[in-house]
Amino acid sequence: MDIIFEKVGFTYQKGTPFENRALYDIDMIIKEGSFTALVGHTGSGKSTVLQHLNALMKPSEGTVTIGDRVITSETNNKNLKSIRKQVGIVFQFPEAQLFEETVAKDIAFGPRNFGVSEEEAIKLAGEMLPLVGLDESFMERSPFDLSGGQMRRVAIAGVLAMEPHTLVLDEPTAGLDPQGRKEMMDMFYRLHKEKGLTIVLVTHLMDDVADYADHMIILEKGTVVKEGTPREIFQDESWLKTKQLGVPAAVSFSNRLDERLGALDTQPALTATELADSIANRVKALKAGDEQ
Amino acid sequence: MMDKLIFGRYIPGDSLIHKLDPRAKLMGSMYFIGIIFLANNWQAYALLFLFTMFVIQLSKIKLSFFINGVKPLIWLILFTVILQVLFTGGGTIYFSWGPITVSQEGILNGLYIFCRFVLIIFMSTLLTLTTMPLSLTDAIEFLLRPLLALKVPVYEIALMLSIALRFVPTLMDETEKIMNAQRARGVDFGEGNVFQQMKAIVPLLIPLFVSSFNRAEELATAMEARGYQGGEGRSKYRLLKWETRDTLVIVVYALVTIGLIFLRK
Repeated sequence: MDIIFEKVGFTYQKGTPFENRALYDIDMIIKEGSFTALVGHTGSGKSTVLQHLNALMKPSEGTVTIGDRVITSETNNKNLKSIRKQVGIVFQFPEAQLFEETVAKDIAFGPRNFGVSEEEAIKLAGEMLPLVGLDESFMERSPFDLSGGQMRRVAIAGVLAMEPHTLVLDEPTAGLDPQGRKEMMDMFYRLHKEKGLTIVLVTHLMDDVADYADHMIILEKGTVVKEGTPREIFQDESWLKTKQLGVPAAVSFSNRLDERLGALDTQPALTATELADSIANRVKALKAGDEQ
Repeated sequence: MMDKLIFGRYIPGDSLIHKLDPRAKLMGSMYFIGIIFLANNWQAYALLFLFTMFVIQLSKIKLSFFINGVKPLIWLILFTVILQVLFTGGGTIYFSWGPITVSQEGILNGLYIFCRFVLIIFMSTLLTLTTMPLSLTDAIEFLLRPLLALKVPVYEIALMLSIALRFVPTLMDETEKIMNAQRARGVDFGEGNVFQQMKAIVPLLIPLFVSSFNRAEELATAMEARGYQGGEGRSKYRLLKWETRDTLVIVVYALVTIGLIFLRK
């Protein structure tokens, strides 16, 4: 199920004195099974794009095609539920959406809305907890007694329980400690690899983009300015700097190293692992040079 | 939904009306609501109408803003007008059925009430459109100050008011965020029968309450950390200053009042 944007534009409060154009001329495809990173400076329109992915917002101009459904400005607000089930969104600070008495009921809330029986939904909740790194003992606890990180996991389980094909993540690791951040990102990556979940990640962290994404879309002032694989895009560090975006630490390190020691003829490192390999190669080459 | 709420929003500007002292504007608006009851014929209403249009003109804000301010209340207004038309006797009677009579007087009264509503809404919209909420609370605090002698906690009331006003937009944003999150989990707001709609509100209200309480606690801590301990002896950043133009407001209102008394039968 691809999500296709064609000439999408969106204007807030159209026709009022507070009119404000947020998006224009957006063309992009989020392919089934991809891990797409959506990157942009604050105010670039990321959040607005995100809400178009499951028809929470309808485009003012152009069309958004989600699977076999076409959304335009004239689409009726009813019967959008099937889209919401297919595309799950984990909003920023999702712990704010918790409201039920127990963790189990809260996770079951989504599936219940999509017509799953109570019994079935609770069972589903039990299956989701280990996925997000919590155990069964949490089922009967109140979500408001948990720590911030645990609440976040419960909220994410609540979205996963809807069993969406596509998972949209809006800065899912904001405010977590480094350990929790890595665990969470690894969990999403595992879901992507094992269950074939399409993932759209909105983030400021270029290291995460390099480590996990296979496609990258850069937004600026409401439109797409660049699109490609992270490897292609991170090659042009100076261009990214002009857009007030950085490169992953590994790329930055590798570029500085190239400046000092001259570039290698292999492709530049993107992740920490690749960087380690390329440094090992340099050391080997040096040693080989010494021996001769 | 909330985007359409014009009433109660501040629009920055530098017109004469914007520059007036908030105390003058607040008292003026309240006085206007009082003297509108002096008008009892169309000449008097015409005077008030002209006066309102004149001050709106002075504020340099488009008339459409004021008309939008009336829109949310239109059903209440029409309901009152219809009651007035149907149940007031006197003058020529056009139609009568049981307790219901449509008379000349009734229609006239209905029209007057309609004008009264619209003028009051225009004036109070003008007040909120041209005055920053915080200046308004300053004005309220000033006007309530005599009550300090009666041990009324005026500073605390003013603080509560300004905090409440300050957090209206924040709360609106929060509401929208949580609504979106729950809609993404399959909730339909505003669909189904009354019972279903009420049920859909629960997943919205509980998170909203939780976050508001958390925020209140954080705010209190932050204020205490910066040494806040009540209004007594506290100096002000924004000082209210009464200028000649504010005295002019009083003069203009006196003239309008004299005009009204002169016109009324």
